[in-house]
Amino acid sequence: MNLAEGVQVVSFGVLALMVLGTALGVVLLSNIVYSAFLLGGVFISISGIYILLNADFVAAAQILVYVGAVNVLILFAIMLVNKNEDFSELPRRWIRKAATGLVCVGLFALLSTMVLITPWAIAPQPEIPLANTIVTIGKHLFSDFLLPFEIASVLLLMAMVGAIILARRDFIPEPRVEEPIATALTLPERPRELIKSEK
Amino acid sequence: MHLQLEYCLILAAALFCIGIYGLITSRNAVRVLMSIELLLNAVNLNLMGFSNFLDPVGIKGQVFAVFVITVAAAEAAVGLAIILAIYRNRDTIDMEQFNLLKW
Repeated sequence: MNLAEGVQVVSFGVLALMVLGTALGVVLLSNIVYSAFLLGGVFISISGIYILLNADFVAAAQILVYVGAVNVLILFAIMLVNKNEDFSELPRRWIRKAATGLVCVGLFALLSTMVLITPWAIAPQPEIPLANTIVTIGKHLFSDFLLPFEIASVLLLMAMVGAIILARRDFIPEPRVEEPIATALTLPERPRELIKSEK
Repeated sequence: MHLQLEYCLILAAALFCIGIYGLITSRNAVRVLMSIELLLNAVNLNLMGFSNFLDPVGIKGQVFAVFVITVAAAEAAVGLAIILAIYRNRDTIDMEQFNLLKW
């Protein structure tokens, strides 16, 4: 990254605030459509952080796959199950929410303590960052990550077939009467029925 | 003062915790899927941070992130298909009413 240090830190801070704010909006807002659009905001902000971390290809893939495919898919699902149902009130629901919040804050405290006290083996940054990450990723994909790459293609095929089968509307067709069609190949008389052998 | 690995990891941890909170407390099934996407993005952020700071020459973390994105896309497609099937059968998307497997 050719930006100055201060610029990097400031843009990281702005992007982090955007990520956290939009993620909280996804979780806390009551309208599901607003949540879906804020989810797109989360993805775009995260792709900005990827660019700060010298990963241009993954940033582009993030925007293409997440914003272009997953978010649109979620919007379609919201449209297909569009039912403004008022969920029935559950007793003592706030206890559950409070307990979950407590657990999440505790988990965050645990993780951040772990992050801060672990001595990470930081590698020295190279003088010039990798000019072309696509070439490096492609070399990895076709040499030492070849088997996971092929398995990922099989996984995508399985997911596609499975999604089609699961989401297909079960359609029971009317029983059709077979009309004999007269073509040039039709026999003028029906072939003789096979005589059932009696046992 | 420059960009450090710890910032990325703490941001990813915060995103992960928000995702878990949404995963447990939300009652709309589509919002549960969105929370799962948040979790996967937090993991991806971790991978990218490690890739940039611990392995800046052979960027294996980015390859892993590409695989995670692939799996996340497949998971989203199958998950939304399952939600559609459940919605047709039960006529609701309230997570509290999906109790067919309750003992």
